[in-house]
Amino acid sequence: MQLSREALLNAYRAMKTIREFEERLHVEIQTGEIAGFTHLYCGQEAVAVGVCEHLGTQDRIVSTHRGHGHCLAKGCDVDGMMKEIWGSREGLCKGKGGSMHIADIDKGMLGANGIVGAGAPIAVGAALASRADGPGPDGMKVAIAFSGDGACNQGTTFEAMNLAVVTQAPCIFVFENNHYSEHTGVSYAVGTNRDIASRAEAFGMKAWRADGTDFFAVHETMREVLDHVRGGGGPAAVEFDTERFFGHFEGDPQRYRGPGEIERIRAERDCLTRFRNAVTAAGLLDHGDIDALDAQVLGTIEAAVAAARAAPRPTADDVLADVYISY
Amino acid sequence: MTKMMYRDAVLSTIMEEMARDPDVVVLGEDVVGGMGTAGGPEAIGGIWSTSTGLYDRFGPGRVIDTPISESAIMGAAAGLALSGKRPVAELMFADFIGVSLDQLWNQIAKFRYMFGGKTRCPAVIRMAYGAGFNAAAQHSQSVHQILTGMPGLKVVMPSTPADVKGLLRTAIRDDDPVIFLEHKALYATSGEVPDDPDFMIPFGHARLSRAGGDVTLVSSGLLLGMCEAVADRLAAEGIGCDVIDLRTTSPLDEETILDSVEVTGRVVVVDEAPPRCGLAADLCALVAEMAFSSLKAPPQQVTPPHTPIPFARELESAYLPSVDKIEAAVRRVLAWR
Repeated sequence: MQLSREALLNAYRAMKTIREFEERLHVEIQTGEIAGFTHLYCGQEAVAVGVCEHLGTQDRIVSTHRGHGHCLAKGCDVDGMMKEIWGSREGLCKGKGGSMHIADIDKGMLGANGIVGAGAPIAVGAALASRADGPGPDGMKVAIAFSGDGACNQGTTFEAMNLAVVTQAPCIFVFENNHYSEHTGVSYAVGTNRDIASRAEAFGMKAWRADGTDFFAVHETMREVLDHVRGGGGPAAVEFDTERFFGHFEGDPQRYRGPGEIERIRAERDCLTRFRNAVTAAGLLDHGDIDALDAQVLGTIEAAVAAARAAPRPTADDVLADVYISY
Repeated sequence: MTKMMYRDAVLSTIMEEMARDPDVVVLGEDVVGGMGTAGGPEAIGGIWSTSTGLYDRFGPGRVIDTPISESAIMGAAAGLALSGKRPVAELMFADFIGVSLDQLWNQIAKFRYMFGGKTRCPAVIRMAYGAGFNAAAQHSQSVHQILTGMPGLKVVMPSTPADVKGLLRTAIRDDDPVIFLEHKALYATSGEVPDDPDFMIPFGHARLSRAGGDVTLVSSGLLLGMCEAVADRLAAEGIGCDVIDLRTTSPLDEETILDSVEVTGRVVVVDEAPPRCGLAADLCALVAEMAFSSLKAPPQQVTPPHTPIPFARELESAYLPSVDKIEAAVRRVLAWR
């Protein structure tokens, strides 16, 4: 289905925002200003955006340690996220969560997660809440479990897929196969190598496969998946073949990469370049439209970094706040 | 007041709260049973009979039978709680926290804090705990000392049917995650339970079940009854025991313990969990720190030894605290010079 000009611009803006957010963090982390562990989403933007462009606030997602892209695509505030990563008390989680624990429940974003494989059971719970509420005018609210190829080897993921099938929960398991589980290749760590979707099928749900570096393939696949799940067809899975431009974490020397691998995937498998080439070739947008968005996004990120730097720091008293609602 | 069994207090409280609040949902292994869908003659209603009839009344949307997948049960409870529901999840045996621990420890307990206080996680995780059935090392444990050490969780250990009623209602209506520990040996015990449909017992308020003034006994769950038996036995000799039922180990009612010890100067903490880094040691440290000048004898702990729980009857009896062991500890602190 052809997307409107506005939808195309929105999709590109969303992907570019993730890209520049992450590229900027890559630079800033090296200055030592940002504390903790950070896992960048660069290269996988088409998945987060191609999935989340279909979702409303009532639909919920559960993310991973590599969660900035999912957060931004689900509508988390850029400034609030940047401030959180900087550890400010004005951050989205008041500086209590940091990069791996960004959440915005009101936006249907139930949290990035520092534990690989923890998200899938939580997503099934969110889907069971939707199931209890029953379908609305647009069909069932859905819950999306974003998982990497690493999480596909966790027992929690298997338990979650089986529970979703036996309860027919409106849950979608989105597997982003970026070919590396931390620092170990899928060809070693995943028994079915590049066929994670078949595992989901073995649990009794319908599964799709698509090129995760092609926004249009992701978007169109998700339209089918969501039609199936919102229509009451039960849980589903999708495996997106994608690329991770940076290391597992920032500071990862990536000695496991093949020679020229990063240069090759950046040249041939960059979802942003592919998007630009596709829409300009088809005459849907021109380079000027996209260049204008590029400039706009850079401004957004620059402003977010400046705001994060200037934002107030938490104090020692804040340590004790928000463990319980009442105790 | 109505006389009922501990297990029926669990079931009736869940039933009442489900009727009152459509957001309350129940999930767990065999909570329906049979084919998981009918709730008819094949259904078991939970192996502890604590969910019997829930499915027939509230249906599949709110009473969710799960496969034997404890991580998925706990994770689904987490997701339900983040999505506006009030899940009451049953972990069949407390020992099974091992297979589900990440969801309890790294997820449910931490959401609110990690997310900067911008969410609530009103999940109740019920689990049957405790020894005395020769169920050996993997079906007998008391796990409160592990869970009480996890910031973000509240931990409840009722010892009577009335406390089940008042504490479980508080747990279900609470906006924080609550671990609700039900002792297997108490399920068939009976007691008077208030009929007030809003009867609630606030967390962090211990119960003084015996007032004596010579020695303080602190306990919870099944062992509380043993402490009362010791108190009754010693009362015949003119020795008065304060017996404190903690009710909740997180939050902890420090004030009631310290107030008592300041009068008695002698304290015996009785607990079913292993001794190292445990609740009994924690409470002895509390007394030593906060009531040192009142003490007339070293605080004493009565706990099982630092071993797994053995199977054979003789071994399990030797392992567990008993009325005689508690009485001996009380006599030790009374005799201290």
